[in-house]
Amino acid sequence: MSGLRTRCTTLLAWLVADHFILVLTAVYFLVMWLIYPHMAGRRNLANLSSNMWPLMILVTGQMFVLLVGGIDLSQTSVMAVTSVIGSMIMTSRLDPAKFEHNPLWGVILSENGGLLAGHAMAVPAAVVLMLAVGAGIGLINGLATAKLRMPPFMVTLVTMSFFSGFAIYLTQSENIMHLPDSFIRIGKGSLGPVPYAMVLALLISLAAWIILNRLVLGRWLYAVGMNLKTAAVSGVPCAGVIVFAYVFSGFCAAAGAILYSARLEAGRPTLGQNLLLDIIGSAVIGGISLFGGKGKLRWAFYGVVFFVVLDNSLNTMPLNYYAVDIIKGAVILMAAVLDVVRNRLNQTGQISVGT
Amino acid sequence: MPSDAIQFENVSKEFFGIRALSGITLSMPPAQIIGIVGENGAGKSTLMNILGGIVTPDTGSMTCQGQPHKPAGPADATRAGIAFIHQELNLFGNLSIVDNLFIDGFPKIDRLGLLDKRKANQSAHQALQTVGLHCPVHTLVENLTPCEQQLVEIARAVGRNARLIILDEPTSSLTQNERDRLFSLMNTLRNAGCTLVFISHNLDEVLRMSDRIVVLRDGCLVSTGSKTEYTVERMIIDMVGRQIKNLYPPKTSVPSETILLEVSGVTRPGIIEDISFALHKGEILGLFGLMGSGRTELARILFGLDPCTAGEIVAINRPLRRHKPAESIHSGLAFVTENRRDEGLLMEASIEFNIALAALRQTAGSRSSIWVDHKAIRDKSLRVARDLRLQAADHKRQSARNLSGGNQQKLVIAKWLLTNPQILILDEPTRGIDVGAKYEIYTIMNNLAAGGAGILCISSELEELTATCDRILVMSNGRIHGDFARSEFNEKNMLHAAFKGLRTAAEPGDR
Repeated sequence: MSGLRTRCTTLLAWLVADHFILVLTAVYFLVMWLIYPHMAGRRNLANLSSNMWPLMILVTGQMFVLLVGGIDLSQTSVMAVTSVIGSMIMTSRLDPAKFEHNPLWGVILSENGGLLAGHAMAVPAAVVLMLAVGAGIGLINGLATAKLRMPPFMVTLVTMSFFSGFAIYLTQSENIMHLPDSFIRIGKGSLGPVPYAMVLALLISLAAWIILNRLVLGRWLYAVGMNLKTAAVSGVPCAGVIVFAYVFSGFCAAAGAILYSARLEAGRPTLGQNLLLDIIGSAVIGGISLFGGKGKLRWAFYGVVFFVVLDNSLNTMPLNYYAVDIIKGAVILMAAVLDVVRNRLNQTGQISVGT
Repeated sequence: MPSDAIQFENVSKEFFGIRALSGITLSMPPAQIIGIVGENGAGKSTLMNILGGIVTPDTGSMTCQGQPHKPAGPADATRAGIAFIHQELNLFGNLSIVDNLFIDGFPKIDRLGLLDKRKANQSAHQALQTVGLHCPVHTLVENLTPCEQQLVEIARAVGRNARLIILDEPTSSLTQNERDRLFSLMNTLRNAGCTLVFISHNLDEVLRMSDRIVVLRDGCLVSTGSKTEYTVERMIIDMVGRQIKNLYPPKTSVPSETILLEVSGVTRPGIIEDISFALHKGEILGLFGLMGSGRTELARILFGLDPCTAGEIVAINRPLRRHKPAESIHSGLAFVTENRRDEGLLMEASIEFNIALAALRQTAGSRSSIWVDHKAIRDKSLRVARDLRLQAADHKRQSARNLSGGNQQKLVIAKWLLTNPQILILDEPTRGIDVGAKYEIYTIMNNLAAGGAGILCISSELEELTATCDRILVMSNGRIHGDFARSEFNEKNMLHAAFKGLRTAAEPGDR
């Protein structure tokens, strides 16, 4: 009886061990490779990589919000709105037939493109503005959550709805094409063999890693998520920490939008529309707790790799669109259940979680 | 002669090696009001929790109206006709009175489970009549006053034909008129044959209402008898008159004249009024008060967790105005909160993480440092843990949850010692920890004071304060009602001061 118990505990300890998801992904990939040999083909690997890096950036931002016990549903609308705004700055040509009725026609938009069309600083200005708008929407989320003490689910649901609507209004539901080549290169170009997308994702990950592991702020993020009252008594500036998490999440969403827009060569008002499940699903599969206070950057990375491989393999299979979503949903549900089980085990003191 | 309503026979209970009740043998005659008094931790709640089926006794037996009473859970006790009305009421504010009355057993029409609303409304109406609450049964409970809510709880007990009703601190949130209303209802119920157990810190009221008095101390039955044998003085003597064993280390610190913390006129309306005192270097200053006297609220205001509307706080010659905890910490304050679990520790985090939390910047060498100095944290946390004799297997991997209560408390203190505090506020520092760990906490307090720190120790255990403090302030009803130097320590006078505010609060119209 006790032998069985010990064995179960060991099994569970292994299940929740740090590298479990990566091992699982590797095994899954190998099995799929045997069935569909082109999974490991050059084209598909490049495809995997280009799907992975932007998602990694989004999940990194989401993770900060999850750590403080919140959730950011507005990331996808931040992507849409920043994609549109950035494109409106730098596009070099607009089709009057499509944009004549745009509220900004004649203000910053014309047949000759956006506000800074053709200007040498157009691309840097657009990129900076996109990041600033993303961080700004994060600031709204953060202030409403931390200062007004509104539930994060509600706050970010509202900003999600508002800004995705706003993005569509701004463009009257048209994609903005003709983006400068130098911008498109961010999404498609590479530094030797290393794509720029990967460079950007690794830079943001590095910054996140330093914040979480080397800065006082990182300790505060975990403390706030684990127990707000204890954190407050211990002198942690809780409101500021929460606001930071949302600002970072918005910033990351904008950075993701830069990569996606550049890859699609367009400012798209519906950008990221179907990504929310991918973002939160990856985080949860990686083991980042929805209850706050628990998660590592490495876990986020593993979650993203797993999710991208899963998505890629499902798209390879002869399945219809709905079946893919059903399977994805089921996998995320399993991950969420595992999160609850892990929490309960941890509370009964069987497994301690390192932070 | 009718059999006793309740009979306890040699009932004992231990929690984690601490005796909560030892060998209680007690009978409660039917149709009487029985007042139970005792200090916090004397065993009143444990005894009632055993009766109510919330806790099972280690030894001993009970009978209820002549029948053996062995409740496996609260439901069994309810079936045996026992109703327990807790200090914090157990009602759903968003539901109506009738829904609350039948929450655990709506009358059903048939086996399908359709609810018999008409019957429910009728019985609810009847129960409300009995307790003298005249309002529609569909009123939402959240729209009732605390007093009316209490009546709903009693109506629920009456509706289930409870023969024994336990009232735990029922008057603490009531005005005098409401109290009188409750008392006359208690008398009515008693005359109808109900037995009532009345637990209260308000000794005057206990004496006025009860037919019999039971005094508990340290888990033992000290005395019991008819109310004519008791006065408030005798109850106090019975409650505290214990022999002082060697539970406390000898005092080693001597207070100096230097003032570390000066508080003048601090007020937050409805919570604390005009609090003024000074804490000196090397002094252990006790703050005694019953629950709800405003002592914890005062500590939170001093530390900057809650605002105050008037008054001045000066910590080591630095005025603190509209300050946040971070500023308090920088000024040399530390606050060991009453509740380790909810406010003191991050239960899931490692020992090291907890120890470092309040002093992340100090350990890195500067107040404005943004970097975590892992090595300094490691070294300092090991050193402070050794100084406090904190017993833990692995500082990096073991979580706070896996420590014993005493070691958790040491962990909270360790966390604050890393900030090099000059002024420590300790709120109930020994609650829920065993005698040995208590002794160690007292020693730590002594050493800190001897090292020049000032300590404000809040406690509801008078004995603990008289043994460890240089001076004791007594707080009641949001005000300081007594300031006793060590030479004037007298438990009786201090208890009188602690109860004094309650008596003034009992004036008509006063909340």
